[in-house]
Amino acid sequence: MSKSDPNAPKRLALIASKGTLDWAYPPFILASAAGAMGWDVGIFFTFYGLPLLKTDLHMQVSPLGNPAMPMKMPFGPEGFQNIAWPMPNILMANVPGFEAMATNLMKQTFKNKGVASIEELRDMCVDLDVKMIGCQMTMDVFGFKKEDFIKECTVGGAAMFLEYAADADVQLFI
Amino acid sequence: MTDVIKEDQVLDCSGMLCPMPVVKTSKAMKELQSGQILKMVATDPGAPPDMEAWSRQTGNELLRSMTEDGKFIFYLKKK
Repeated sequence: MSKSDPNAPKRLALIASKGTLDWAYPPFILASAAGAMGWDVGIFFTFYGLPLLKTDLHMQVSPLGNPAMPMKMPFGPEGFQNIAWPMPNILMANVPGFEAMATNLMKQTFKNKGVASIEELRDMCVDLDVKMIGCQMTMDVFGFKKEDFIKECTVGGAAMFLEYAADADVQLFI
Repeated sequence: MTDVIKEDQVLDCSGMLCPMPVVKTSKAMKELQSGQILKMVATDPGAPPDMEAWSRQTGNELLRSMTEDGKFIFYLKKK
């Protein structure tokens, strides 16, 4: 018997360990969907996932090292938008501003398709009472302060998260 | 012909992708009284399986799920 309270709602425990624009989506999408189903949800933000709790978000996406990322344009006729542009590594690594450009293209594509922004999804998670826990150790290592983060988050460590996750029905590392 | 369901509230989630229809529906349902009916309209092809799961998980009955002019329409009864 792992559940201490059999009448408690279902629980989702997530670890968000990545802070790029693409990987910021899964934890917030799953958390808001679970919250909308009445589940109890907690996300532990650790390592590169911790900046997702910052008041001002500045996520980027890097096509370099992500060969499965389709490089498509979010404007022009449909045929043009469907072209997957081949991107040589030497170009992705050496052209200044390449990541900023790729980030803008991904944001525009998501917006065109009707995907909510990370800011919107995070606000929804706050509305749905998703528990957001920042990793104290990561704060110490990377030099973040509690004041850098949204006021709705709490700060904790591995033991605190594990105790929460032990009572969860679904536990995922992202 | 199927019976006409009279909704108390309409929510349009056209153009929104996952997880927005589910999140917006849950928010709209909180405003309703027990027994009242929400009509939700979506264009996301992922909405039908998601709404079925949402209904099972929350206990709010999915009275009808249908497709009309390329839109997905759901009638949900607040438990």
